[in-house]
Amino acid sequence: MASYILRRILMVFPIIFGILVLTFLIKALIPTDAVTALFSGTITEEKAAEAIALIRAKYHLDLPWHRQFGIYVWDVLHLDLGDSIRTRRPVTEEIGFRYVNTLILTFAALVVAIFVGLVTGLLSAYFKDTWIDVTSMSVGMMGISMPAFFFGFVLIFIFSVQLRWLPVIGRGDFQSLILPALTLGFIEAAALSRITRSSMLDVLSREYVRTARAKGLSERYILFRHALPNALLSILTIIGLQIGNLLGGAFIVEVIFGWHGIGELAVKAIQWRDFTITQAVILVSACTYVFVNLIVDLLYTWVDPRINYE
Amino acid sequence: MATTMHERGETFSTPERSNFARAMRRLLRHRSGQIGGVVVLTLVFFALAGESVLPYETLAIDPINRLQPPSLEHFFGTDELGRDLFSRILYGSRYTLMIGLVSTAIAATGGITLGLLAGGGGKLADMLIMRVVDVLLAFPYILLLLAIIAILGPSLWTSMFAVGVAGIPGYARLIRGEVLALKEAEFVEAMRALGAGHLRILFGTILPNVTSQMVIYASFTIPLAVLAAAALSFLGLGAQPPAPEWGAMLVDARTFLRTAWWVVAAPGMAIFISILGMNLFGNALRDVLDPKEMSK
Repeated sequence: MASYILRRILMVFPIIFGILVLTFLIKALIPTDAVTALFSGTITEEKAAEAIALIRAKYHLDLPWHRQFGIYVWDVLHLDLGDSIRTRRPVTEEIGFRYVNTLILTFAALVVAIFVGLVTGLLSAYFKDTWIDVTSMSVGMMGISMPAFFFGFVLIFIFSVQLRWLPVIGRGDFQSLILPALTLGFIEAAALSRITRSSMLDVLSREYVRTARAKGLSERYILFRHALPNALLSILTIIGLQIGNLLGGAFIVEVIFGWHGIGELAVKAIQWRDFTITQAVILVSACTYVFVNLIVDLLYTWVDPRINYE
Repeated sequence: MATTMHERGETFSTPERSNFARAMRRLLRHRSGQIGGVVVLTLVFFALAGESVLPYETLAIDPINRLQPPSLEHFFGTDELGRDLFSRILYGSRYTLMIGLVSTAIAATGGITLGLLAGGGGKLADMLIMRVVDVLLAFPYILLLLAIIAILGPSLWTSMFAVGVAGIPGYARLIRGEVLALKEAEFVEAMRALGAGHLRILFGTILPNVTSQMVIYASFTIPLAVLAAAALSFLGLGAQPPAPEWGAMLVDARTFLRTAWWVVAAPGMAIFISILGMNLFGNALRDVLDPKEMSK
């Protein structure tokens, strides 16, 4: 077990390295570099060439690739993500509070997704082939096919425009968190519900469940004490993977609701060609995802001590 | 010797074909296959038909009839420039189909190449390719898309390319797994014993036997690819207005929710119904192609 945990932790390093390479490529591969774009047409060409050279030197764009990459990694290790090309402010400052906002949204959506997904999945499995199952699976199918950016507008139309219960656009308070969290949560709940259902059905057909029934245990006892804990193992893995979807989905939902998270910033930064911000947002969210999955995997060893990780 | 091999190849593919015919018959009887099939065929029809079958031109501006609610004249109403939404939506199916096909072609071609190389090309190639694939798979999908678009700049083509490239690792892993499993299969052994070369076994024997797995996988990834590309257009990172791409038509949706809900509902429902259709069709396809189901 200890060796598995150690190996699992060591596995993070090549992945982080890969993330660093990929985010570095964002800067290195951009064909029209942002510096040129910044000055084009604003000053005379001679002056522009001078300014471009200066700024290129500042961002080390004139150095060979391997040196640029070295400097990049060194800076990241010192938590220096550079300055935004557009606003000149340190990227860490630009990202800081937005990162927290994105985490809040993702976490709220995760709670919604787990609650809705588990409940509907359990009901479906327990009432297999009844109208409850059929309804919940049909709704789930619709959820999987529903684009977040349309579902969000449907919710805004119902709850903000028609009923006037909730604000249309984010103010950063709890009220404006509700709709984004529901949008993101419901859509992820659809997938989770299907997986909960199938792993519950799988577990319910096992022999130990039949034994439990033969012993005369009540159905509810079997469901919650025998079946659910075992089904939860595969559900937990999926939840870990879904956090990636939630983080990515949050990027879209943030734009719909004007929620000031890193996703909203990333989309703007790509349009502005502000590579330091794009780079930093992708780096930070990918690392978050990797660490969350590490935690989920480690939790897994704790939840399921049977498994021999060799 | 060569003819025996050829004959052998024939006997392998014969039961496959009858299985295919049986699968098709089952697909036609499958309820969600029928519903999904109708949606997909409608999509294909309007994508191929182009402007000629549409009641209005997709870019024709009519300032007097702007933001008209749905009526007999304009089934889905008109947008802020008076363009007929019904025509724009139908024409938009062209983008949806193109995005689905192009991005899946990129993902599958790249994935097959890497997967065959990893599964059949020796230990070093396997290790190198799978390390990269693992890193890419550990990356949340949308971040990969954003990274690629950040490099190439936002446009319809880069969004398709990005969705395609982001799909490569998934296909590569699938193909590699299948290759490794099939490498030891008896019919592959037989081909090797008959003197077939490495490449011939990889492309001629193993690859055809991975097809149904790939179709099943594609039935998952195509709707996801279409959804992702539409999301990118919505974010302003894919197809750009005034192109009647459904995601791009939702860019200014929020401003119209109060006054003209149909401007939002039309493209939104179009995406929803198409994806639902593709998912239903995919479900049916998986049901009829699943080898366990086939033996029943």
